[in-house]
Amino acid sequence: MLPYYLEICVVVLGVLMLCMELFSGRRSRGNIALVGAAGLGLILALLIFAVCPAGEELQYWGIYYYDKWAAFYKGLALLATLLVLVMAREFAPVFKHYTSQDEEKSGVGEFYCLPIFVCAGLMWMASAKDLITIFVSLELVAMGFYVLVAFMRRNVGSLEAGVKYLVLGALSTGFLVYGIAWTFGVSGTFRLEELGDVLASGDISGRAAMFAFALLIVGIGFKIAVVPFQIWVPDVYQGAAMPVTAYLSVASKAAGFIVLLRVVDPFLASPSLRDPVVCLMVFVTCATLIYGNLAAISQKNIKRLLAYSSIAHAGFLLMALPALSGSVTISGPGPEAAIAFYLAGYLLMTMLCFLVLTLVRVATDGEDLAALEGLSKRAPFLAFAMLVGVASLAGIPLTVGFFGKFFLFNIAIQNAMHSGLWVVVFVAVLGAATGFYYYFKIIKAMYWEVAVSEDQVTQLKVGRVAMVSILVLMIAVLFFGIFPASLLGLTL
Amino acid sequence: MTIIEFIIIIPVAVAVAIGCGAPARGLSLLAAWANLIFGAGVFAVILAKGGEGMHFQSARVLLDDPELTLGFAVDGMSGVLVLLTVIVTFCAVSISPENPGKGSGRLYYISLMLIAAGALGAFCATDLFFLYAFHELALIPTFLMIGIYGHGREKVATAWKITIYLGVGSLILLGGLIALYVNLSPSGGLTFDISKLAPAPGQHPLSAEVQKWIFLPLLIGFGILVSLFPFHSWAAPAYASAPAPVAMLHAGVLKKFGLYGLLRVAIPLLPEGFEAWKGLLLVLLLGNILYVGLVTISQRYLDRMLGHSSVMHMGYIFLGIVCCNSIGWGGAVLMMFAHGISIALLFALCGSLRERLDTLEFSRLGGLGGSMPFLAVAFGFAAFASIGLPGFANFASEITIFFAAFNDAGEIGPLQVATILALWGVVISAVYMLRAYRKIFQGECIRELQVSDPGQALKLPVVLMIVILLLTGFFPNIILKIVPNLFGIL
Repeated sequence: MLPYYLEICVVVLGVLMLCMELFSGRRSRGNIALVGAAGLGLILALLIFAVCPAGEELQYWGIYYYDKWAAFYKGLALLATLLVLVMAREFAPVFKHYTSQDEEKSGVGEFYCLPIFVCAGLMWMASAKDLITIFVSLELVAMGFYVLVAFMRRNVGSLEAGVKYLVLGALSTGFLVYGIAWTFGVSGTFRLEELGDVLASGDISGRAAMFAFALLIVGIGFKIAVVPFQIWVPDVYQGAAMPVTAYLSVASKAAGFIVLLRVVDPFLASPSLRDPVVCLMVFVTCATLIYGNLAAISQKNIKRLLAYSSIAHAGFLLMALPALSGSVTISGPGPEAAIAFYLAGYLLMTMLCFLVLTLVRVATDGEDLAALEGLSKRAPFLAFAMLVGVASLAGIPLTVGFFGKFFLFNIAIQNAMHSGLWVVVFVAVLGAATGFYYYFKIIKAMYWEVAVSEDQVTQLKVGRVAMVSILVLMIAVLFFGIFPASLLGLTL
Repeated sequence: MTIIEFIIIIPVAVAVAIGCGAPARGLSLLAAWANLIFGAGVFAVILAKGGEGMHFQSARVLLDDPELTLGFAVDGMSGVLVLLTVIVTFCAVSISPENPGKGSGRLYYISLMLIAAGALGAFCATDLFFLYAFHELALIPTFLMIGIYGHGREKVATAWKITIYLGVGSLILLGGLIALYVNLSPSGGLTFDISKLAPAPGQHPLSAEVQKWIFLPLLIGFGILVSLFPFHSWAAPAYASAPAPVAMLHAGVLKKFGLYGLLRVAIPLLPEGFEAWKGLLLVLLLGNILYVGLVTISQRYLDRMLGHSSVMHMGYIFLGIVCCNSIGWGGAVLMMFAHGISIALLFALCGSLRERLDTLEFSRLGGLGGSMPFLAVAFGFAAFASIGLPGFANFASEITIFFAAFNDAGEIGPLQVATILALWGVVISAVYMLRAYRKIFQGECIRELQVSDPGQALKLPVVLMIVILLLTGFFPNIILKIVPNLFGIL
């Protein structure tokens, strides 16, 4: 089976779901989400069993590449979308509250279909190795998200988030296109492999190349939410519906990182550009780590807190970049593998947290930390699942989050021993320590505080699909925290 | 599956079972009993074999590059600490209330079991990674226990303080450990296996300067976990706010992890690094003994006094470590054991007093010996042990450490001066312990207190701990004999 059939399958699935929605009339749309999730699961199985050219790189028409990284990130995109659909199905009551109680007018059916098309864009992005394909796939993803973020049309917060995301997203796209144009002007090529050769030859204008790089970083930095391009994150995360927030924080970030890895690589490989590029990356990394972690401390809204924490996680991920294609040979997993491992772990733990939060949100009106108070009494299982997820985000050992951070620190420290970039390690240690505080705030709310309001006393009911998903994610977080080899093996 | 893996899995499995709805207290007690028997068995086997080499080895490779093995084994030193852990765990579970916090107590017993599992795993791990990871496992349960079941107005602030303090300490430690394993791994791949990291005798791959700078974060990290002066300020308030079983487990067992880490990892792997910071450590440990000792004297509440006294006694163990000979290290390990048991005993008694009284302030207590003779006698034993009266294990360990400092000493150097100063710590201990005893149990009854002695539930663990302290006090060789053999670098 050819790898690009996967994207076609996803698009066909999306169209099928739209047709289902068309003929659903007044019936409940819940089944559409289940069909979508099942279809994505099937495609994930196809990815694992049907398409596996081990170790070799396939290339189609010069714009579509398929290698182990592409396969890995396609898997991540499929899994994330599947979980988002499960979450969206649980979220339907809140969603209808802010649109229309009428099943047909609420648009909940379309809400289930849009992530599928975003998923196709994400999967395509994993295979893109030239700037034009990267740009088109990024835009495909961004278009989907513009709609998804603003979908709750009777909620002011959601509309505000939509406008902010649209305006700033368009602005960053402008920078990205401008950067691509400059890159083409400097090197005469869109293809990243050729770009690497041209830059390494030294036969270019260094300043123009750096300018192009800076513009590209603005565009991509927006997607992965690094400082100083993070302004949109807290408001958009807070305003968007819970499943969309989860999708943004996991899938959008993962896709942004593949692109970042591919774009940064040729610039770092060039001897003349390496130093200024590393300098720029170190500045961005430190700023992101400091800002994300410090701003998270004072947050009371749980989505804002997770928004800042997702900025902080981007900072940790960036830590591995200066080691990319450098002279230092890293023992242990290299930067690409470590980043892939971290992103996979991040998917598991973030989705776990957001699934629990979705269920709590449906039962309790409010998204402040206060909504979690007394959760250990009304839903011990959910509270424990959230505890595992949060502990993993904080990087407590025996969870997948610890290994993710460990591999990144491993690279940063080895790199620092050769290049003397200890400042990054130092800032990251401080950041991780700060993380303990704001993640433990969530644990405190769930376990120490006594519930005050009425709806916080009644026992929470958990649907079967959500229950199974939470259980699987929780076990995965703990399992990969003790046996990381099975997950790391996929990336090596 | 070796017996060591079994000992570690029992509390984890029990925690999972309680989470799934099994009876909390019954199952925990069963696990504590089982572990007490298994732990004593393990210790007996090591004793019979003389403490040479590693026993009950197991290894499961989890990752090839960097090499990561879920491996456990015990030698003399870890054998002693495993014994300490199972004894204190047993006592802590025994004195735990039936319905803590008026709830089902599931979370309470799960947390206790996880703290025990974390300590056992950390003491038995042969892999640097799991040594660290198991210790971290105990962090969240401690946070929850102090926050939910703690007492006092400051319990929330205290829970935060201990969590952040220890979290930062662990991260500094982690930085040091990564630098250590990256630098010491044999060529051809990184490994976490401590035995493979150990340099060949006389051929250390790192220069003294590099060793010095890797040792510093290890010293600070482990030092924070042991409450080395000036990183001690988390300990006393945390032990004062924590429920008695948590204070017992933390002060008695978990705090020993930092010392164990120094003896197991930092000093054998970086001998010259240790040499470089010895002078600093001498000053800091005097801070522990003399400064914190004086602070302890000025405490007005029993729980805070005990917390400070536990910080103070860490100074002697550091002194034993600084001696750098087998006598000193044997004494240090014996002191870890003796202090672990005696402080656990004191916190158990303190918890029992707290249940019966509305305050632990010395000036509002007095004459309780008449109405609670058992507690008075037990507290007397514990106080004497803590001071270091002959006959108790604490005495044996302190005297060993003091002798070690003068072993082969041709002239009076900094170590000997520090030891002479540290001797005054014994006087300080006597002052605050005896004063506490007098104020609580002797003299006039200041107020009409309707109190009675504790029931059977407390008596068994208390008597057990006193017997063990006396036994190892009269026969310290049980422990000393098997410890020094393990330090190959001597």
